[in-house]
Amino acid sequence: MSLPDVDVAGAARTRHPLRWVASIVLLVLAAQLVSLLVTNPNFQWDVVGRYVNAQIIGQGIFTTLLLTVIAMAVGVVLGVLLAVGRLSENPVARAACGLYVWFFRGTPVLVQLVLWYNLSYLLPEISFGIPFGPEFVSADTNVLITPLLAAILGLGLNEGAYMAEIIRGGLMSVDHGQTEAASALGIGGARTFRRIVLPQAMRFIIPPTGSQVISMLKATSLVSVIALADLLYTVQSIYNRTFQTIPLLIVACVWYLVITSILYVGQSFIERHYARGATRNAPQSFWSFLTFRRRPTPEVPS
Amino acid sequence: MTIPMVRARGVRKHFGHLEVLKGIDLEVRQGEVVVVLGPSGSGKSTFLRCVNHLETIDGGSIHVDGELIGFEASGGRVRHLRRREITRQRREIGMVFQQFNLFPHFTVVQNVIEAPVGVRGEPRGQARERAHALLRRVGLEEKADAYPRQLSGGQQQRVAIARALAMRPKLMLFDEPTSALDPELVGEVLAVMKGLAEDGLTMIVVTHEVGFAREVADRVVFMDDGVVVESGAPADVLDRPASPRTKAFLSRVL
Ligand SMILES: Nc1ncnc2c1ncn2[C@@H]1O[C@H](COP(=O)(O)OP(=O)(O)O)[C@@H](O)[C@H]1O
Ligand SMILES: [Mg+2]
Repeated sequence: MSLPDVDVAGAARTRHPLRWVASIVLLVLAAQLVSLLVTNPNFQWDVVGRYVNAQIIGQGIFTTLLLTVIAMAVGVVLGVLLAVGRLSENPVARAACGLYVWFFRGTPVLVQLVLWYNLSYLLPEISFGIPFGPEFVSADTNVLITPLLAAILGLGLNEGAYMAEIIRGGLMSVDHGQTEAASALGIGGARTFRRIVLPQAMRFIIPPTGSQVISMLKATSLVSVIALADLLYTVQSIYNRTFQTIPLLIVACVWYLVITSILYVGQSFIERHYARGATRNAPQSFWSFLTFRRRPTPEVPS
Repeated sequence: MTIPMVRARGVRKHFGHLEVLKGIDLEVRQGEVVVVLGPSGSGKSTFLRCVNHLETIDGGSIHVDGELIGFEASGGRVRHLRRREITRQRREIGMVFQQFNLFPHFTVVQNVIEAPVGVRGEPRGQARERAHALLRRVGLEEKADAYPRQLSGGQQQRVAIARALAMRPKLMLFDEPTSALDPELVGEVLAVMKGLAEDGLTMIVVTHEVGFAREVADRVVFMDDGVVVESGAPADVLDRPASPRTKAFLSRVL
């Protein structure tokens, strides 16, 4: 029996009729959305245009960004400490850090914010000293806890719990052989953490942290309940006067989208930096990241 | 009489209820190459890891170049060393692992200079020069700027050897350095190790490569079930084993 002589060069491509159907449906939906946006007068695009770069909105954006940066910084520093604590050999530290994460992840951040804001009901005075012993410094809680501080405490301490879990996961994903090799070379614990373990953990820490920053940006809008003039509170205070609720909420959405887009671009650059040596190929290019192309799967070296 | 490079006396180690080392006695002279053979699970890796205190021993003692490893004995009392002092002791002992354990985010040359620059404070330029010389010695100078993942297993293991040598160790420990390699890559790593032996480096090598043991080792030690069963010249242990356990093992690996 002889096999037929075939050359697959120039073979016809497989057809995908379902892809065509799906694309047409999506295009129709998109056209409808655009027509809704353009023809419905209730969007009041002229009002949006007037407020979108108003100075007062700018102040709100500044507060939102400031709060995001500070609360995130508090969260990251706290997260590293808590993650190291949870991975430490000291059972007391492990338990304490675990308890912290359990509490702050297990209660709504809105409740935590309001609690910090109303701390004076619980502790009219805050003092530092020896328990049951002499006090060194004391202050009136109402003076000490401004809305800004309450917001930083509420968002930052809560973020610490989430970052702790992200960082702990990243640290645990680094092969134990790395620490052993560093130990065998006589590299000390702190240097091993900083030079060997943390940079490798970063590949696993950065993507979820990027999501956390974006969540934080939006979570800062919760502080409008404690009368801190962030972006959302600012547009609310305007539409409470003018009743132009929808266009002002659109202004807020536009700015939240602009900022998250910038953050997204920044994240992709940081990810590329920490991808050094992770695959046999060159790191993924920025354009393929933007166009959602999949990373080439790393080859397993022999 | 010169002091031995390694003197292990009655070394004991257990993990939970599992007694892994049941009193290991072993001496390695300066410049000697000792190959440790033994079935899987007999405690060979554990013993090597005790020598540089990656594992803390439960009894007995290990001296390297006259210095008690991991502990301090004075006035009849023994105490655990602090971590910083243990770290200092490890700088004198190089170790090569079965899985290479190169730092994947560093290039080859960065892998080699990390410890000399970072912990010995060697100037970077000088460390790079030495690193290139070491890489030439293991035949990989042209790979200095590659990342470990871009290298074959045999090349990675040779970089790992260069990285360990960069600390100028008095003693090198090899834990099955060729066991993770494709058969055709084993030879290049063994050749580098043979070169080190000829240069007079003191080495303890755990391996199943009986050919290497026969050709390079000054002494072969057979371990089984946490004890040293026999020890002697390669020809004696490999060709005329005294113990039936050694005989049984050799008939399986040869
Ligand atoms: N960290 C550990 N915890 C518990 N058991 C271990 C540990 N390391 C090794 N062992 C056990 O000790 C025994 C000896 O292991 P090992 O020294 O790796 O043997 P070898 O290298 O000779 O194959 C094995 O039974 C192994 O399961
Ligand atoms: Mg082993």
